[in-house]
Amino acid sequence: MKQIDLVIIGGGPAGMSAALAAYEQGVTNLLILERDSRLGGILRQCIHNGFGLHRFGEELTGPEYAWRYEEKVLEKKIPYLLDTMVLDISPEKVITATNTSLGVFQIQAKAVILAMGCRERPAGALALAGDRPSGIFSAGTAQKYVNMKSYLPGKNVVILGSGDIGLIMARRMTLEGAKVHAVCELMPYSGGLARNIEQCLNDFGIPLKLSHTVVKIHGKGRLEGVTIAKVDENRRPIPESFEYIPCDTLLLSVGLIPENELSKTAQVELSPITNGATVDQNRQTSTEGIFACGNVLHVHDLVDYVSEEAEIAGNAAAAYLRGALQSNLHIPLSTDGKIRYTVPQTITEEKEITVYFRVSDIFRNATVKVLDGDRVIYSRKKQKVAPGEMESILLKPVQFAGAKALKFTLEVE
Amino acid sequence: MANTRELTCIVCPKGCPMKVTLEGKEILTIEGFTCPRGKQYAIDECTHPMRTLTSTVRTSGGGVVAVKTDRAIPKELMFDCMQVINKTVATLPVRVGDVLVSNLLDTGANLIVTANQE
Repeated sequence: MKQIDLVIIGGGPAGMSAALAAYEQGVTNLLILERDSRLGGILRQCIHNGFGLHRFGEELTGPEYAWRYEEKVLEKKIPYLLDTMVLDISPEKVITATNTSLGVFQIQAKAVILAMGCRERPAGALALAGDRPSGIFSAGTAQKYVNMKSYLPGKNVVILGSGDIGLIMARRMTLEGAKVHAVCELMPYSGGLARNIEQCLNDFGIPLKLSHTVVKIHGKGRLEGVTIAKVDENRRPIPESFEYIPCDTLLLSVGLIPENELSKTAQVELSPITNGATVDQNRQTSTEGIFACGNVLHVHDLVDYVSEEAEIAGNAAAAYLRGALQSNLHIPLSTDGKIRYTVPQTITEEKEITVYFRVSDIFRNATVKVLDGDRVIYSRKKQKVAPGEMESILLKPVQFAGAKALKFTLEVE
Repeated sequence: MANTRELTCIVCPKGCPMKVTLEGKEILTIEGFTCPRGKQYAIDECTHPMRTLTSTVRTSGGGVVAVKTDRAIPKELMFDCMQVINKTVATLPVRVGDVLVSNLLDTGANLIVTANQE
């Protein structure tokens, strides 16, 4: 069996950043496995701009951001295999993969970085009444059709869910000549970025219907229309508000799910909240030597943060291979529910740590407090926090020294 | 009579909420921006809104390749520019940054390729 020090599963922004970081730290026997026919992951179809402002101080499109990393991967001659599907990762880090030139093959890795990204919540996950005619797509599928395959999925569009991909596709389909009649969002707030509501909907006069959902699909063979309705505070449709909108296309932008099938075969412990692995500050999972980063770990808002996190994982994997990975503490991090989750979920080393978290609802004038028992070790006021925007705080070793466990709470006035 | 406009900055994902007070077309105050680019966005938005346009063009290989305007163009010209973009064909191979149309509709912006394709 082939022996490789570090195998990275996935050649998107997370996989490429992790590989480059590990390489810079002296790991030269490494390999990226990518199932698509090019490196770059989902960025290849995200042709809109707005990437990289945080990282590079300039506004790039998705393919340009990906190219910044791909170019370095090529320059450093970091090995990668394309069109290669990983079928299984054992807890002992034996990777089983397949492609057309090598058939089914196995690699014994010393360390593994999981960077498989996420997938969209599909139509089947929603209880939509009516038939299943053609014309119903996830927003990302429509994005691939329009931006990579040059097909326009339809001319009259309704979008369910106001995630960023849905908002981006509202603009994209409009620019390509389709009419987007409405974006319906079940919640009383949008899950997308404020800038995307402004530049993708408001610029084109597309109505955002908050507290609205699709209650019925009409049409056989091809979608002919949808019935939408306003929902009450318990998210139940209000019958008096039913409205029929004729359309040939329904796009779904209703959430992303980390793609962790392989993590499960590796018996990595998963968080029921993030649907990704539970990790320490090095992004090491419950299985020693297996790391996770990017959207497979938790869904990010910005690729810039994916790159940042992947570098942490890449550096840590390199340290692990050198036998230099520190782990002299075990401080679990828990949350109060208003804060839904933190990444990492444990601290195992005394060093400065950025903890990322998301909240469960929109809260104004809230105070983020980190508690060690009754002792407040961190407190910070926030004007506004929202589920769609990932937050982060920096903890210093002096703050958590001696703590047995830390609880992340949000106090709302 | 001064009037106020509430804007959401689109320069970066922070999406700062901003408030601009105007006397006719003259800007009196701008509040809420947290960087110089945000302030400039507010000024442009109240005088002449600008947008970077991204799309795809057909290629000589039969597929499409991603493109963008290398600077923001007047917002009201987006659909006119789309018409030019839809008539443009890129001859392969193309590299990131290749100029396909210079000075697109006299906007001063060039239409450039944003992905490599052989």
